[in-house]
Amino acid sequence: MSDIKNENKPFEPRIVAFFCNWCTYTAADLAGTARMTYAPNARVVRIMCSGRLDPQFVLTALREGADGVLIGGCHPGDCHYMEGNYKTYRRFVLLRRLLETMGIEKERVRMEWIAASEGDRVQKVMNEMAGDLRRLGPLHLEPEAIDLHAALHGEIKPMIQEVAR
Amino acid sequence: MSKPKVGFYWCAACGGCEESVVDLAAGILDVVNAVDIVFWPVALDFKREDVEKMQDNEMAVCFINGAIRSSEQGEMVALLRKKAGLVIAFGSCSHLGGIPGLANLYNKEQVMKTAYKDTVTTVNESNTYPVESYKAPEGNLTLPSLWNTVKTLDQVIDVDYYIPGCPPPSSLLADAVNTILQGKLPAKGSVLAPDTALCHECPRKASKPEKVAIKEFKRPHEIIIDEEKCLLSQGLLCLGSATRSGCGWVCINGNMPCTGCMGPISRVHDHGTKALSAIASLTASNDEAEIAAILDKIVDPAGTFFRYSLPASLLHRKYEAPKEGGK
Repeated sequence: MSDIKNENKPFEPRIVAFFCNWCTYTAADLAGTARMTYAPNARVVRIMCSGRLDPQFVLTALREGADGVLIGGCHPGDCHYMEGNYKTYRRFVLLRRLLETMGIEKERVRMEWIAASEGDRVQKVMNEMAGDLRRLGPLHLEPEAIDLHAALHGEIKPMIQEVAR
Repeated sequence: MSKPKVGFYWCAACGGCEESVVDLAAGILDVVNAVDIVFWPVALDFKREDVEKMQDNEMAVCFINGAIRSSEQGEMVALLRKKAGLVIAFGSCSHLGGIPGLANLYNKEQVMKTAYKDTVTTVNESNTYPVESYKAPEGNLTLPSLWNTVKTLDQVIDVDYYIPGCPPPSSLLADAVNTILQGKLPAKGSVLAPDTALCHECPRKASKPEKVAIKEFKRPHEIIIDEEKCLLSQGLLCLGSATRSGCGWVCINGNMPCTGCMGPISRVHDHGTKALSAIASLTASNDEAEIAAILDKIVDPAGTFFRYSLPASLLHRKYEAPKEGGK
């Protein structure tokens, strides 16, 4: 993720976005086919349901170089799996309180309900979040907690070994 | 044949881990029969120079408890690493940072000010703080420096194995010593305890409802705790679902919820975050305002979920933005 980190250019935030397959990811797709332009700061990770989002993913993204994390799921009542989005919301509420205690501004982790038809909302949220993060400036967590290479080559970091198998 | 040599050392810890060695009771005689204890400052009169005189890898194994938070502790563990074939992080503090690790919610200045100025029992009108170097008539006196960040043992030196717990159950220590003596060592980096969640083996497992849904989180002093029923289903913050077993259910049997001292199982990277996730998702509401209100009853998420693991967590410590002109 070092591509936009250039000492001479003005700061551009890096956003890792976790979008649910059924609503927000489809909405981002729609924004694309409708040729809407919006801030190109986000790397989107598609997950089957926002309920799949383990809060460890959010902190890992921040630790490994993201300046902010955006979570997108279906509107309340619309979850493809009945209540995955509620579970994520419950975790998000507590996670954000934790982040505040840990000195990380609450604007850095944002959650939005975006339905499959709301491409314009993806555009708006992406632009807003990129703007918020430009104002806040970079998050300087040293990328060190998870050495993906070491984990995949035999050194013990069991969580990733399990996933890689 | 000479007996294998063993050392024990402590860093930032309360002394409970040393107790757990003593708690082997008569069992310690078996240990003493099988090994030579060559370094154990808490119980036996050995000095740093005795360790310095040892050959490299002379000790078969060294058990180190406590978190690392000063230059002196950093030096000592680096020395012990050189002199010991195996280093075992013993107890929550060296494994995950432990209770002293909660100092990572503050910085060094705040910690010093609290300890030497702000506590109600402290009288310090002249604003005297310890300094690391002082010129006395007899010469220059020095003290080790306190670090800004508390670290786990494996963030400072290479660690071979971990024995979790606050304090670690004596049975795990006895098992570890036997394992080492028999040479049946597991993969480097293993935690020498069962790799299942506490809930899985809980004596109250049968009383856990199929779906736990919590309408109101409660603290132990607020209710009369049912001695048979699943503690989580009573609204108590029991971290058993995210915590490794092997503790012998001492808290559960004492009718108190699990606070997570055994740390995570091997498939979890960040114990506190996983526990937070597990507990928050049990909130019995789908209404945004009500969810926030229910979760507000968890007054201190950092202290509750990261009680023993803040330095080992993905965030390590409270974030402090670098000063202007820095990176």
